[in-house]
Amino acid sequence: MQFEYAIEDGNFTKAGDASSSFKKILKQLNVDPQIIKRIVVSMYEGEVNIVAHANGGKVICNVDTSRVNIKLIDKGPGIPDIAKAMQAGYSTASAKVREMGFGAGMGLQNIKNNSDELNIKSEVGVGTTLEIIVNLPKAG
Amino acid sequence: MKLKDIVILLNAEVVSGHTKLEREVEAVFASDLMSDVLTIDSEKLLLLTGLVNIQTIRTSEMSDIKNIVLVRNKKATPEMIALAEENRIVIMQCSYSMYKTSGILFQSGINPVY
Repeated sequence: MQFEYAIEDGNFTKAGDASSSFKKILKQLNVDPQIIKRIVVSMYEGEVNIVAHANGGKVICNVDTSRVNIKLIDKGPGIPDIAKAMQAGYSTASAKVREMGFGAGMGLQNIKNNSDELNIKSEVGVGTTLEIIVNLPKAG
Repeated sequence: MKLKDIVILLNAEVVSGHTKLEREVEAVFASDLMSDVLTIDSEKLLLLTGLVNIQTIRTSEMSDIKNIVLVRNKKATPEMIALAEENRIVIMQCSYSMYKTSGILFQSGINPVY
């Protein structure tokens, strides 16, 4: 099953709408609540990053029986140094982002901690794609 | 401790989830930084925060936090209250500082998250 959500640039009022919608779907699919939490916390962090740093974008969520795969795709400025961006505390967030309670340089690390796999592809001036994979336990 | 007892301890005003005050709270986390809140994995948690915007409620929704106290006399916006009601989140407003609120709850025996 595939679900796609558009993310508006700079609209903090709507940041989290996609994650909230996907959370409702995961609940309907009877995914374990602890796993749902890991998935939506990761997705929400990524969603906030797109609102905060990129020029909007989209999220494509794929669910099958073994895993949830979330691709967060933006056409923002890109990340010049991914290793640096992964460092806890490193942030390029604006004052507005910090006012919203984010921008402390914890997001990517938190996504990594909550996912089974995190892949980041980024090109300066082109955009960034985050792929988050969370494995689902075998049924039964 | 039940939410209804916390309301009395903090002289708080309940602005959403009025019918859910029998809920038990087992731990408290205090932060204005939502990135910090998103790292917490505790059940029956109460969040103390002075951050008043829609992301406070979104963060709580994602983290399965059902109970919030807004400190420093901060007031929830109508959008926050509507989203909280939709997610069965209780919001209480309290005029005390974060430090005083934390102190009262700690003294009453509620555990910190860590």
